[in-house]
Amino acid sequence: MRGSLLLSALPRDGSGRAFLGLVAACAILVPVLNLLVPASSPVHLSTYVLTLIGKYLCYAILAVAVDLVWGFCGILSLGHAAFFALGGYAMGMYLMRQIGPRGVYGNPILPDFMVFLNWKELPWFWYGFNHFPFTALMIVLVPGLLAFVFGYLAFRSRVTGVYLSIITQALSYALMLAFFRNDMGFGGNNGFTDFKELLGFDLQSDRTRVVLLVITALALGVSYLACRFIESSRAGRVIRAIRDAESRTRFLGYRVESYKLWVFVFSAMVCGVAGALYVPQVGIINPSEFAPINSIEVVIWVAVGGRGSLHGAALGAILVNYAKTFFTGALPEVWLYALGAMFVLVTLFLPRGLMGLLPERRPAAAEAS
Amino acid sequence: MAWLAAASPAAAQSADAPFVAALGELPDAGFADKEALVARLVETGHSSAGAVLTAMLEDRLYVRNSDRRVFISTSADDTQPSLSLLDPLTLKNAGTAPMAELTKIGTNNRLRRVLRTTAARFALANPDASVRLAAVTDMLRSLDDATAELLRQRLPQEPDGAVKRQIETGLAMMAIGDSNPTVRLAAVQALSSRISAESRNRLAALLERGADGTYAEPDEVVRKAAAAAVNSIDTTRAVYSGVETVFFGLSLGSVLVLAAIGLAITFGVMGVINMAHGELMMLGAYSTYVVQTLMPNHLDWSIPVAIPVAFVVAGLAGVILERTIIRFLYGRPLETLLATFGVSLVLQQLVRSVFSANNRAVSTPSWMSGTWQVNEALAITYNRIYIVGFTLVVFSLLLLVLRRTRLGLRIRAVSQNRAMARAMGIRSGRVDAMTFGLGAGIAGMAGVALSQLTNVGPNLGQAYIIDSFMVVVFGGVGNLWGTLIGGMSLGMVNKLLEPYAGAVLGKIAVLVALILFIQRRPRGLFPQTGRAAESA
Repeated sequence: MRGSLLLSALPRDGSGRAFLGLVAACAILVPVLNLLVPASSPVHLSTYVLTLIGKYLCYAILAVAVDLVWGFCGILSLGHAAFFALGGYAMGMYLMRQIGPRGVYGNPILPDFMVFLNWKELPWFWYGFNHFPFTALMIVLVPGLLAFVFGYLAFRSRVTGVYLSIITQALSYALMLAFFRNDMGFGGNNGFTDFKELLGFDLQSDRTRVVLLVITALALGVSYLACRFIESSRAGRVIRAIRDAESRTRFLGYRVESYKLWVFVFSAMVCGVAGALYVPQVGIINPSEFAPINSIEVVIWVAVGGRGSLHGAALGAILVNYAKTFFTGALPEVWLYALGAMFVLVTLFLPRGLMGLLPERRPAAAEAS
Repeated sequence: MAWLAAASPAAAQSADAPFVAALGELPDAGFADKEALVARLVETGHSSAGAVLTAMLEDRLYVRNSDRRVFISTSADDTQPSLSLLDPLTLKNAGTAPMAELTKIGTNNRLRRVLRTTAARFALANPDASVRLAAVTDMLRSLDDATAELLRQRLPQEPDGAVKRQIETGLAMMAIGDSNPTVRLAAVQALSSRISAESRNRLAALLERGADGTYAEPDEVVRKAAAAAVNSIDTTRAVYSGVETVFFGLSLGSVLVLAAIGLAITFGVMGVINMAHGELMMLGAYSTYVVQTLMPNHLDWSIPVAIPVAFVVAGLAGVILERTIIRFLYGRPLETLLATFGVSLVLQQLVRSVFSANNRAVSTPSWMSGTWQVNEALAITYNRIYIVGFTLVVFSLLLLVLRRTRLGLRIRAVSQNRAMARAMGIRSGRVDAMTFGLGAGIAGMAGVALSQLTNVGPNLGQAYIIDSFMVVVFGGVGNLWGTLIGGMSLGMVNKLLEPYAGAVLGKIAVLVALILFIQRRPRGLFPQTGRAAESA
C-alpha cells in the first residue's frame, strides 16, 4: 500500500526524474569524495564544501515547501523563514541539552546562557528537549501548530493576497523581536551555538557531517515526493483551482479554507524539518533567522527556479545560494545588486523561472514513459 | 593715552600675581593647605577664580609634570589618551598634552564641600539668569546649611522671578527641618504648590515612620498638611506625565503617519505594493545629509532646503521606478512586491557604495534642538513638536492636492475607473507616473524628518517598512484619513503600552494585535465602499 502510494508520486516527467537522480547522486558521491578519496586528490571534497552542500540542500527543502503553498496554492507567505527557524530552535534546544556539563560553566542542566543570566532552574518549555523523540516531534509540531493557529484565523476571515503576505511578514518580524529578548529563554541575540554532539555522535567529525548530509538529501527527496504526491492528487487539483480562481472554487462547494489551511500547515512542518537539519550542520541558530528578508529570499529562490515546479524551486534555491556564496566571497559589493536585479528581471521577463526556459513538456511523451 | 595703554596690562599683571602665586602652591599642597589656598584664590577676586574652582571640583584641574604648571582640562574623562587644556589665567586654549604628562590635583570630601559652596557662590553671582537657575536647581539636590545660607543671602537681591521661586523652594525645603512647627507648617504649605520631584520627596519623608513606629514629623497638623500636599503634587505630576505620554504617542504616531502617508498613495490609491518605499525615505534622509555637507555654514537653513530637494530626488526615483518596472506589473500585486523588493536591495547597496555602509551624521539645526521646559514635571523636546507640526502640514497639503487640483482630480478618476477616465481623455499612464512620483516624493520628505530622529544609514528604510504597511492596512486601504487616525492611534497604543510591557514587548503586542485585527476586519478601520472596493 505504502509502496504504491510512493510510486504514484514518482515523477513521470524527465526533469523531475533527473532531479531525483541528482539528489541521489549527491547523497552517494559526496560521502565517497569526502571520506574515501584522499585529501591530496583533486576530486577530494573538503569538509567546508560538504557543509555548504548540506546547507544548500536544507534551503532546497525550504524552497520546495514554499513552492507548494505559493506555486500551487497561490499563498505568498513572507513568513516561512519563521517556521524554518522554529524547527531550528527546537533542534537547537536538544543540542544545547546534549552539551550537558561540558559547557563553559559546567552546569549539567542549565545551558550556559541561563547560568550567565543567573537563572536557577530550567523554564518549563525546555522540559523534554533532552529526549530526541520528543524533540523530533516538536520540530514538526511547533511550526505546524503556529501555522495552524495563524492560518485558521487568516483563511477563515478570507485574508488573501498581499494582505496575507504582509501579515505573515509581521508575524515573522514579531517573532524575531521576541527571540531577541534575553528573558524569552532562547539565548537572546546570541542564540544557540557551541553544540557538541547529536544522538551521541560528535558534530565536529567528518563522518557525522556526511551522515547528516545524506539524511538531508533523503529528506529533500522525501519532501519532494510528498509535495509531488499532494500536488498530483485530487486535493492537489482543488488546490490549483483555488490558486487560479478562489471564489469560483468556493462556489463549486469546496471548503477553500480547509484546503489552504492543510497545505499551509504541511508546508510549515516541512520547513521545520529543514530548519532542524540546518542547525547541526551550520552549528548556530540565532534570531536573525527570523528576519523578514530571509523569507523573501526564499521566495526569490522559488521564483528564479520556477514557481509551480517543485524541482525548479529546489534547483533555484541551490543556484541562488551558490551564487550568493560565490559573490559574497569574490565580489561582496556586487551581491545585493545581483540579488536585486534577479528579483526585477525574473518577475519581468521570466514569470516561470528557469524552468520556463525548458521546452514544454509533451503530455504524450509523458504518458508513454 | 599711550601711558594708559601701557599701564593697563601692568595693572592686570599685578592683579594676576596673587592668583598665580596661590595657583603655583596648589600642586604640592596637602588637603588642609588646599582649603586655605581655595580661600586665597577667592579673595583675589580674579575673573578666572570661579572657573578654576569649578574645574577642581569636577576633577578637571591638572598639573603638567614637566614644568609643574596648573591647567584646566576641558573634559573630566581621564580614560582618554590625551586631554585638551585651558590656561587657568586667560581660560584660552593651551594645546593638548598626553595623559601620562599630567597629574590630577586631588580633592577629598571635606575639600569638595568647601569647593561646592564656593563654586555655587560664583554661579549665583553670574549675570546670566539661566546659569543662576541651573545653579540653584543643582543646589536643591544636595542642600545643607552652608548652601541654604547662600540662598538666603541671595534671595533679596535676586531680580529674576523664576530664580527667586526656585530659591524659595530651596529655603522651604530647608525649613521643613526646623524645630518650630509653625515654621515647618509654613514650609509645607509653600512646597505644596511646587511639583518638582525633590520637594515631593522631601514632603513624603515627613510621613515616614521610623523603626519604633513614630513618624518622622512629630506634629500632627504639619503631618496632615504634608499628606495633603504630597497627594496634590502626585495628582499634578500624574496629569503631566499623562500629558507627556500622550505627546510621545502623538510624536511617534506622526512619524508613523509620515512614513505611511506616501504608501497610502501608492498602495492605497494605486494598489501597488512598493517594498522600496522605505528606501525612498532613505534617499530623502541622504538628501538631507548631502544638503548639509554642501552648505556647512548655514546649518539652520539646511532643513528648509532639504525638504524640497528630498521631494524631488525621491519623486524622480519614484517616477523612474514606475516607468521602468511597475507599469509592466499592474494587476499582479505579488510580482510587484517581489520586483520592488529587488529595487530596495539595489538602492540599499547603492548608498552603501556611494556613502559607505556606516551611518552618516546629520546634524540638528539650532532651532530644532533643545527642550521646552513647560514646568518642573514636563519637558518636551522641540524636534518632536516640529515633527508633529510637519506631519500635519504634509497631510493637509496632500489632501489639498488630491481634493483641489487638476492632478488630484485625475488621480482620483484613474483610481476609481481607469477605463472611463481614459475615455474622457486622461492619459492614465502619465497620471500613474505622477501619482507614484507624488507618493515617492512624500516618502522623501518623511526621510528628512527621520534624519532628525534616527541614524541615517542604509538600513533606515527597512526599519519602517513593516510599520508603514501596518498603518495603511490598519487605517483602511485607499483612505488618507484612515492612515492619519491609524498611525496616530498605533503610536499612542505603543507609547501607552511601553511603561507596562517595555519597548520591545509593547511593539510585539501591537504587531500581534494588528494581525488579529486584520483578521477581524480584513479591510481596515475605514474600509472603502462602493464599486472601487470590489476590484481591490
